[in-house]
Amino acid sequence: MADEKRVIVVGGGLAGLAATIRIAEAGMPVDLFSMVPVKRSHSVCAQGGINACNDVARQQGYSEYQHFDETLIGGDFLNDQHPVLEMTNWAPKIIDLLDRMGVPFNRSNEGFRDLRLFGGSLFKRTHFSGATTGQQLLYALDEQTRRFAAEGKVNKKEFWEFLWPIVEGEGENARCVGIVAQDMRTMQIQSFRADAVVMATGGCGLVFGKSTNSIICTGGAASRCYQAGAWYGNAEMIQVHPTAIPGADKCRLMSESARGEGGRVWVPAKKGDTRKPKDIPENERYYILEERYPKYGNLVPRDIATREIFDVCVNEGMGINGSNQVYLDLTHMDPDYLTEKLGGILDIYEKFVGDDPRFTPMRIFPAVHYSMGGLWTTYTPGNYQPESPVSSFKPGDPIPIGNEPGHGLDIGAHNNAMTNITGLYAFGEVNFAYHGATRLGANALLSCIFDGVCNGISVVNFVREGDQQPVSELDQALFDAATKQEQDKHDKLLDSTSTGTGDQQLNPYQIAFELGEEMNAASTVVKTGAGLEKCLIKLEELKERYAKVELGDGAMWTNQSLSFTRAVGDMIIIGEAIAKAGLLREESRGSHYRTDFPERDDDRFWKTSVAKFNKETGKSDIEFVDVKAGLVKLRPRDYGKTESNASSASKEPIGAS
Amino acid sequence: MSEAEAYSYDAEMRKANRAKAVAGRSVIFKIKRCDGPGKPARWESFKVPIEEGANVISSLNWIAANPVTIEGKKTTPVVWESNCLEEVCGACTMVINGRVRQSCSCLINEYAPCEGDVMTLEPMSKFPVIRDLWVDRARLFNNLTRVKAWVPIDGTYNMGPGPKESHDHQQMRYALSECMSCGCCLDACPQFIKEEDESKWDSSFIGAHAISQARYFNEHETGKQLKADRMDALSGAGGINDCGNAQNCVKVCPKGIPLTESIGAIGRSATIHAIKQFFQGKK
Repeated sequence: MADEKRVIVVGGGLAGLAATIRIAEAGMPVDLFSMVPVKRSHSVCAQGGINACNDVARQQGYSEYQHFDETLIGGDFLNDQHPVLEMTNWAPKIIDLLDRMGVPFNRSNEGFRDLRLFGGSLFKRTHFSGATTGQQLLYALDEQTRRFAAEGKVNKKEFWEFLWPIVEGEGENARCVGIVAQDMRTMQIQSFRADAVVMATGGCGLVFGKSTNSIICTGGAASRCYQAGAWYGNAEMIQVHPTAIPGADKCRLMSESARGEGGRVWVPAKKGDTRKPKDIPENERYYILEERYPKYGNLVPRDIATREIFDVCVNEGMGINGSNQVYLDLTHMDPDYLTEKLGGILDIYEKFVGDDPRFTPMRIFPAVHYSMGGLWTTYTPGNYQPESPVSSFKPGDPIPIGNEPGHGLDIGAHNNAMTNITGLYAFGEVNFAYHGATRLGANALLSCIFDGVCNGISVVNFVREGDQQPVSELDQALFDAATKQEQDKHDKLLDSTSTGTGDQQLNPYQIAFELGEEMNAASTVVKTGAGLEKCLIKLEELKERYAKVELGDGAMWTNQSLSFTRAVGDMIIIGEAIAKAGLLREESRGSHYRTDFPERDDDRFWKTSVAKFNKETGKSDIEFVDVKAGLVKLRPRDYGKTESNASSASKEPIGAS
Repeated sequence: MSEAEAYSYDAEMRKANRAKAVAGRSVIFKIKRCDGPGKPARWESFKVPIEEGANVISSLNWIAANPVTIEGKKTTPVVWESNCLEEVCGACTMVINGRVRQSCSCLINEYAPCEGDVMTLEPMSKFPVIRDLWVDRARLFNNLTRVKAWVPIDGTYNMGPGPKESHDHQQMRYALSECMSCGCCLDACPQFIKEEDESKWDSSFIGAHAISQARYFNEHETGKQLKADRMDALSGAGGINDCGNAQNCVKVCPKGIPLTESIGAIGRSATIHAIKQFFQGKK
């Protein structure tokens, strides 16, 4: 039977490719849209590894259930619990699948898959492939996708930018029936029909200016779905990595093992001291962490290090030469020892900075790394429905539920990972469900692939079994109108080139720069009510300026300036949702730290923030709805007893991606 | 700079330049531009103030925000392809001062340490230009399909682990698996000729990139099931025999992939493949 129905997948990172493979394997044709050749997607940047229970850890007392429990504690209980249980139960099977696809996982002497320790666990449960695990996993999925494309089951549309979801109906009856996209080379804008659309478009790091994200991670695609009526969950939950290398173009990760091996964090004691670091004598240096935390010194946990470095630079203005940078100094140590212990990561620093960290102190600063928040999605819970939630779980305790599929989610239920718009799904980083208020290191790759291989089944079932009208029968007028809407927006932007006054205030790059500065200062490491209110005012100003933005390139062919400028408007809107949700969440939880509300407040805020775009005001309306729990009882997020464990995790090479 | 000089522009020289880099200087970016396929190429120069840690990407970003040539003429931002900026995605490959490489890892201090020094940016030479520095590398990915660069798994359902592998064998495969399909090896190869006619791709020289990937999959226990198909493709027109052994590929590979070893290994496999085919009466 010829299957006339089609699915569109937007985004060709791990989540998008895993979905493509699963859906194509089921015999459903897939049109795969990506702004870059899928092999160049941002997933390549992940270094550390992918978590899963395994045979060795299992014999030591570890279990899928404990991986589940760790993920909830890591997320400070803001995760939706059922999808997390299903994900951790699938994890070992996903590793097996990747193994069969040929991923060169590191091997033990005996030839088994090797494992490493990672933050948030006492057990070795992280599988890795050199220092480029994300790249290796992406390539394995890229290869399988190429195979399906060669067989004619997947139609890759690379260098196509997603512009808008085509939605028919309103409110609860809203249904996604296709997308509008633009060829980034010819600039042709076109509508495409689809019986289901999977958004797998990753994070929104560029809203914060320079981040560890790739340059396509603007959040533009998610923002367009949001403006078209899709809800956005936990927008305020943005993970910041404590030690990144600030570059002129982006921030790159520096492994925390540099601190673990004896690196000292300092700034010149005299504000504005312009001397070279080695010319500044010992008594004129301010060792931030050693002076503020005499007991732990440079080994304080990650979140504290992040906040103190941020405080010294942003609040006290004591960063190196007034910039947002501090020294991470290893030069007091034996260069040969450093080469032996940290060789790989020191080489990366030297490659991109041009200084040898064995002889010149490194310059680092925290950088935005991952968005736990994203498009809001729902699901049908599985068959594990305990009468009362499990109150505490310790290693060695009897496992409340086994690792068979179907306990967490009703696998294949049509609505798994579906947004509030019927037929519009969100997979991977753009799905808000899995990581709560903070993501554990090496869980990101897992959630992306899990969404694809598990919830891809839901997409197929929805298209095949759902009682909705096949999209091929819908009136062409709907699709023509959507094309026209985007063409009009595009033409208006293009027209702004000819009227350009050269006013720097209306330059899209300047607006994006100011957006990044403001969002970084107000809505990342340390937040306050006053700061976020000021941020929202600034965003209003940027929005007004953006309405008059002037394009720098009027070309009708391969116009990258136009693509970027269009995304800037969408970034401001997502930025507003992030700042506003952060303002309304008057508590501290996970990555969200408010100095004016330093404690977790479960009574008021054990809730998901749901942002809905108000088309009248052009702003976000935020509601707080109960977290979908019921499996594990809320408990304090207490790493006190495992602090030594936290520092052992930091000895890992290039972790926490 | 001649090709030979470009290749010898080694780490020591870059390090020496770093040491003498002048703070607060401006550098001239001489960029080869082209508005689209069939349009004439032209050169434009920009005077770019060099901030600390500047690389080619940050300089192009500066030009995008200030698109005025050195003569004071307003122009358009330069178009180029980029993504990860960590030298793992392969997107931002271009010819810089005569040598093909990634622009994200190209530090200005290492190439243009003094006031008024010139950085020359050109698109890759073996692929059709889309606009400015952005070229169409579809042929490079097509060549992966040519050699069936995948492991033919039965499906994505749970069927247990993959084949066991020794530590050393994994290390060997890992070295090959880091290839990011950037195309440096093809741009530097005298045998790999620009071919805009898509119908001729499958009979034109395939290049070191795909040859090495064929070896990567031949070395996998399940992947080797397609070895005969791969060797058919690599024994035919545009296959391994077209390699002229110039060895430029291995010199420009940013990931240090042992490409000439791969070419040698595939060459030996091709010989064995030919003998097998002879005895099976296929040729």
